[in-house]
Amino acid sequence: MATATTTATTPSARRYADHGRPAWRRVLLTQETAVVAMLVLVALVAASSVPGFGQPLTLTYLLLDVTPILLIALPMTLIIVTGEIDLSVASVVGLASVLTGVLTQAGVPFELAAAVALLAGAAGGALNGFLVTVVGLPSLAVTIGTLALFRGLAVGLLGTTAVTDFPERWTDLAKSRIGVSNVPTVTVLVVVLVLAFAVLLHFTRFGRGLYAIGLAKDAARFSGVRVERSKLVLFVLAGLVSALAGIYYTLRYGSARGDNATGMELQVIAAVLLGGVSIFGGRGALHGVVAGVLLIGVLASALRVAGITSDVINILTGALLVLSVVLSAALARTRTRRRAHAAAPPGTPTSTPTSDTAGTSTGTSTDTSTDTSTDGA
Amino acid sequence: MSAPPIARTDVTRHLRSVGAAREVGILLALLVVIALATIANPNFLFSADGWRDLFLTPSILAIVAVGQAIVIITRNVDLSVGSVLGLSAYLTGRLFIDLEGIPTSAVVVIVVAFGALLGLVNGVLVAFAKVPALVITLGTLYAYRGINVMWAGSDRVNASDLPRDFLALGTGKILFLPVLTLVALVVLVVAGWVLRNLRAGRELYAIGSDPAAAELYGLAVRRRLLAAFVLSGALAGLAGVLYAARYGTVSSQAGAGWELDAVGAAVIGGVAIFGGSGTVWGAALGAVLLMTINRALPILGIPDFWQRAVVGLLIIGAIVLDRVLAVRQKRSLLEAREND
Repeated sequence: MATATTTATTPSARRYADHGRPAWRRVLLTQETAVVAMLVLVALVAASSVPGFGQPLTLTYLLLDVTPILLIALPMTLIIVTGEIDLSVASVVGLASVLTGVLTQAGVPFELAAAVALLAGAAGGALNGFLVTVVGLPSLAVTIGTLALFRGLAVGLLGTTAVTDFPERWTDLAKSRIGVSNVPTVTVLVVVLVLAFAVLLHFTRFGRGLYAIGLAKDAARFSGVRVERSKLVLFVLAGLVSALAGIYYTLRYGSARGDNATGMELQVIAAVLLGGVSIFGGRGALHGVVAGVLLIGVLASALRVAGITSDVINILTGALLVLSVVLSAALARTRTRRRAHAAAPPGTPTSTPTSDTAGTSTGTSTDTSTDTSTDGA
Repeated sequence: MSAPPIARTDVTRHLRSVGAAREVGILLALLVVIALATIANPNFLFSADGWRDLFLTPSILAIVAVGQAIVIITRNVDLSVGSVLGLSAYLTGRLFIDLEGIPTSAVVVIVVAFGALLGLVNGVLVAFAKVPALVITLGTLYAYRGINVMWAGSDRVNASDLPRDFLALGTGKILFLPVLTLVALVVLVVAGWVLRNLRAGRELYAIGSDPAAAELYGLAVRRRLLAAFVLSGALAGLAGVLYAARYGTVSSQAGAGWELDAVGAAVIGGVAIFGGSGTVWGAALGAVLLMTINRALPILGIPDFWQRAVVGLLIIGAIVLDRVLAVRQKRSLLEAREND
C-alpha cells in the first residue's frame, strides 16, 4: 500500500529486556511479577480477614465468574501486543448467545446451534480483520463500529425476549465441578486454552512475529513477518473465542439475551492492561494477563463475600488500571533516563524516547522528553 | 517561490472542498432520513411534537460529541464522558434536593465546574503521566461510574424532586426552537469558531497531526491537552444538567454507554480517530444523524432493536469513506506536486 510506507518512523528507545542487569532482577522486577505478587497478597489478605472467603464454594464461583473474561483476554492480549485493539468482543459474546438461543428455540439441536454461533463469531472476527488489514482502517474505529453492529444484530434478533430453554445436560456441565473437588469442569477448557495461547505467543515464530509487529510494523515486514496475515488470524481467533465465551455465558446463566455481556470489552481490556501488556504494542506476557484477570476476580469476590456493594469493584478496577499504567510509565522513564546518563558521555546527544509508531495508538505519546535532550546541551 | 503559491492555493481549495463535502454529505443523509420518515408518517416532521423532538432529542448528545471531537482532534479519546454525564446529572438532582431553593443558574455553574474538574483529572493523567488517553479514560470511566453507584445506590432522583421551572427548561422553547437546542447551538458555534480561528484551536489540530512535531515546534502541548480534556469534561457536565432537566429521573446508570455514541457521532461526522482533522460541526451533525435514525426506524417499520446495527454500519461506512477520500486526496496532492 502506498500510504503505509510513509509511516516508517523508528522508535529510537524501545524497551528491550535489559540483558545488562542480573537475571534475578530481570525476572523479578517486572510488571507481571508485580501483578502476580499483588494477586497472592490480595488472596491471602482476603482469606485471612474476610470470613467466609476461605470456604470452598467461593473458589468455585470465582472461577465460574472469571471464565468468560479470562477466555476473551487471551486473544485480546495477542491483538494488543500487535498494537491493535478489538472493542467488539463483548458484542460477539451477545451475538453468539442470541444465535444459540434462537436456533435452539427453532428446534435445531443445541450442538449444531453452538457450532453455527462459533462460525458466526469467526466470521465477525474475519470482518474486523478484513477491514483492518485489507482496507487499512484503524482497528479502534472499526471495532467501535462492529461493536454497535454485532450488538445491534443480537438485540434485533431477539428483541427484549430471552430464550431460557436449553438442554439440561449442557447447562449442568457449565456449572458442574470436577469429581469432588471445587474446581469447575469448564476450568479444564480454560487451562487448555491458556496453555495453547501461551505456547502460540511465547514459543512460536508466529508469536515472536506479533511482538515484532507491535514494536515496528515496517521492520517486521521487512524481516519476513507476514503482518497482515498475522493480524487477520488474530481477529478471527478473537471472534471465535468470544463466541465460545458467549455459548458458555448462555449455559452458565441459562439465558440467551441480546444484552448479554454488555460492556465486557472494557473489563477484558482493563484486565489485560493491568496484566502488564502495553497499549502501544510490543510488550506483555500471558501469565501477567491471567494474574490480572484473577486479581480483579478475587477482589470482586472478596468484596461480595464481605458484603460490600459490588460497585466498589468498579472504582478499584479503574484506580488499579490507572495506577499500574502510570507507575509503569514513570518507572520506564526514570530507567531510560538513568541509562542515558550512564551511557552517554557528556556532550553526545542521547537517544530520546520518541512517540511510538505513528497510527497504531490512540494515546498521546508526546514523549520527546525534553529532560534528556537537554543533557547534551 | 514564484510558481508554487498558485498551485498550492489550488490544492488547498481542493482540500477544503473535500472537507466541506463531508458535512454536506451527512446533511444530505439526514435530510433523506427525515424525508423518508415524514413520507411514512407526516407527524414525524409536521406535528408540534415531531418538530420539537427533531431538535430536542439530539441536543444533549451533540454537546457531548462536541467535547469528544475536541479531544479526538488532539489524537486522544475520552471514554469517561458517559460516566461524567451520569455523575453530573446525579449531582444536579442532589443539589436541588439537599439545598432547597438553590437558583438554577448556580446549579449549572457548580455542575459544569464539577464536570471540568473530572475532565481535569483525565487531562492531568494524560498530559503529565504520559499514558495513553484510551487507558486513562477507560480507568476513570469505571472509577466515576463506581463513585456514582456508591453515592446513589439504588436511590434515584425523580422528577418530583426537581423544581418545576428547571424541568420546564428541558422541554420548553424560545420562539420555535427548544431551549436545549439553543444551548447546544451556542456551544457548537463558540467551539467551532475557536477551533477554526483562534491560535489555541489551530494548535489542537497541530498537536493531533503530529504530537512530536508540535512539541519540537514549541507548542504548549501539555497545556492544550489539559484544556481539551477540561472542556470535554465541562461539556459532559453541562450535558448532565440538561439530561436531568430533560428526563427528570436520574438513576446511577444515567449516561452509561454514551461514550461510544459520542465517539461514533464524531467518527461519522468526519473527525479522524487519529486526530488532526475534522470539525465540531461534523461531530454535532453526526450526533443529529444518529439520534434521528434512532427515531425514524420504528416509523419506517423497522423495530428499533435494529437501531444499533444501523449505527454500526454507519460508523463503518463513514471510516471506509474517509479512507477512500484520504487516498484520493493523497493522489491529487502528488499530482499537484508533479505538475509544479
